Amino acid sequence: MADHVDTLELREQFDTAEQQKDASTLGMWIFLITEVMFFGGMFLAYTVYRRAYPDVFAIASSSLNAVIGAINTGVLLLSSFTMVMAVRAAQLGQRKTIILFLTLTLFFGGMFLGVKAYEWNEKFQEHHIPGQAAFHLEGVAPSEQGHAQLFFSLYFAMTGLHALHMVIGVGLLSFLMIQAAKGTYSATYFTPVDVAGLYWHFVDVIWIFLFPLLYLIDRHLGKPL
Amino acid sequence: MITTAAPEREHYLNASYGIKSWLLTKDHKRIALLYLATITFFFFLGGAFATLIRIELLTPTGGIVSSETYNKLFTMHGVAMVFFFLIPAIPATLGNFFLPMMIGARDLAFPRLNLLSWYLLVIGGLFALFAMLAGGVDTGWTFYTPYSTTYSNSWVIATALGIFISGFSSILTGLNFIVTIHRMRAPGMTWFRLPLFVWAHYATSLIQVLGTPVIAVTILLLFCERVFHIGIFDPALGGDPVLFQHLFWFYSHPAVYIMVLPAMGVISELISVYSRKPLFGYKFIAFSSVAIAVLSFLVWGHHLFVSGQSLYAGLVFSFLSYFVAIPSAIKVFNWTATLYKGSISYDTPMLYAFGFIGLFTVGGLTGLFVAALGIDVHVTDTYFVIAHFHYIMVGGTIMAYLGGMHYYWPKMTGRMYPEGWAKLSAVVIFLGFNLTFFPQFILGYLGMPRRYHVYPEEFQVLHVLSTAGASVLAVGYLMPMIYFVWSLRYGQLAPANPWGATGLEWKTASPPPVHNFDEPPVMTHEAYDYSTVIQEEIEVG
Repeated sequence: MADHVDTLELREQFDTAEQQKDASTLGMWIFLITEVMFFGGMFLAYTVYRRAYPDVFAIASSSLNAVIGAINTGVLLLSSFTMVMAVRAAQLGQRKTIILFLTLTLFFGGMFLGVKAYEWNEKFQEHHIPGQAAFHLEGVAPSEQGHAQLFFSLYFAMTGLHALHMVIGVGLLSFLMIQAAKGTYSATYFTPVDVAGLYWHFVDVIWIFLFPLLYLIDRHLGKPL
Repeated sequence: MITTAAPEREHYLNASYGIKSWLLTKDHKRIALLYLATITFFFFLGGAFATLIRIELLTPTGGIVSSETYNKLFTMHGVAMVFFFLIPAIPATLGNFFLPMMIGARDLAFPRLNLLSWYLLVIGGLFALFAMLAGGVDTGWTFYTPYSTTYSNSWVIATALGIFISGFSSILTGLNFIVTIHRMRAPGMTWFRLPLFVWAHYATSLIQVLGTPVIAVTILLLFCERVFHIGIFDPALGGDPVLFQHLFWFYSHPAVYIMVLPAMGVISELISVYSRKPLFGYKFIAFSSVAIAVLSFLVWGHHLFVSGQSLYAGLVFSFLSYFVAIPSAIKVFNWTATLYKGSISYDTPMLYAFGFIGLFTVGGLTGLFVAALGIDVHVTDTYFVIAHFHYIMVGGTIMAYLGGMHYYWPKMTGRMYPEGWAKLSAVVIFLGFNLTFFPQFILGYLGMPRRYHVYPEEFQVLHVLSTAGASVLAVGYLMPMIYFVWSLRYGQLAPANPWGATGLEWKTASPPPVHNFDEPPVMTHEAYDYSTVIQEEIEVG
């Protein structure tokens, strides 16, 4: 992750503030590329098994609550919007506005995680937890329960990894808020807000892929809406 | 500025003292030395496992250790060597130390991140070490499922976590290098004036950044599979063990280039300086590094020729694997062409470089053998493959690593190593290496499988030869260890530019000051322009 600078001073390895900002931004972009590859392994596994067991995956997919998923998608998009506004406020050097929008971003981020926790809890109650002897998905033949487990394995692995990134993002934003309250950021120095924004949007984009893949594809084949 | 390092002059080693000044340092040069100590430890640990393996293989009856222990020995040898020595070897030590200096920077772009990378390697290393001490791991360094997830009763999770954590060390180092090369170059240091060492590290960093996250997520899935039995790689639930192999090799084949590309960068520097000629075909060597990095991601399937992969996939992977030979050959031919009419001096680093070219060529050409479907089906999982990749990873990477260590030792420490002993070590290692691994080509071709310690008696002669070679090799590796340490106190003081080299890293004192250069450097000429050094010598002399 990009090296966070907590003072206005130019770090000794750089010649100019511009060079320092460019380096941090490039560093974050490269970090996000590594994240694409990191999630990529799971997306590959998903693709392989979706293709291998399309029918079971459609049934398993339709057991997820698409309405709640859609609401959560909206919440996350809102948080991206408030994050953009926080970056904008940082660029303009408006300390109180930064804090306001970071608070809103944190609120929406927390809400997303809360809804996610609710959804996971539902899975526990419905015995849709892979690796458990009690696992059972209705409408799937006993011989194919394993394939249904695969869907939920991927569901938990992918949404879990995504949630972990959200938690890290919440930590980052909290750090930014403390710094903003101290008056660290100004119109000439706001790189950390900028690069944290990149990270936050990236995590958002991951969800934009996860939502249709897990909740929506072939939903009509699984059961009538 | 060609003065020998006067004892009272302040440099990065004596600027501050005490354990904290090292463990909390942000100086890329000190971090490089921290890495050096760490990987040296793992090198000798991995070497100890190799020693036990070679002793065991002296006799065909498998009498010294049990089969179970033998499985653990070759696994821990592979884990220690691959993940904790070879992958960080050149980038984290020589790269860390010299990449900023070569481009005229005061440090890497993210010094704190650099220190964090070292801590990650150490923490990962401690996990792996714990697993080894607690009873070891027996899956092979490849961790194939479902054995690793379901059946193995050894310390799979601790080892895998160690590799997972150290992987982030590698990712962050690569990220740091890429940003540094893009953003920290001195005035006048254009992309095509960069030393080829830097180009090689750029290509390496691309692989580290793009490949390592994939092994990370694979290990994560392996972890979930082993702990929660979620079925991702379990055929009983419809999971596919071959998917693990695909994901594993998607990283682990490019990982070989993480080991050998920086080695090629070192060799480019050595060949040029000891021939006193600019490298023949600079741009070809530069772009061949990038080409290898790109191709590295398209060939992983050649590890799966007999794993039930479709024949057509096998054909394509075989074909693509041949392509790697092109940029590799470009390098070898260009190095050779550089020698032509050069003013060659046979200093120790050059001997290592010659050793590299010879061994890498053998390793590379046998790579073509195993990339061919017909031959590979015959030699899969035999000693032929073992010999092939040791020629690349040991014959290639370690020769270049040691060549680079000798070349840069004066700059890093301010002391010269003893030339006579060093030349002897290069020769001993070259001979010992060939005696160890050449018989293994024959063994493999005759059908000796890897990972077995009981074997038919007719193979014994070749195994004894190999073990004898390993003993010579061990002596060869211990020699630099001893005389390098000796030279820290008793070596001659090194001048700023003992080899008459052209790079910016030689335009500062040995050892360098804390911020590398007293005056911010400006690059005024092409890379490897030896006329500038001659001019300097005239002015000073």
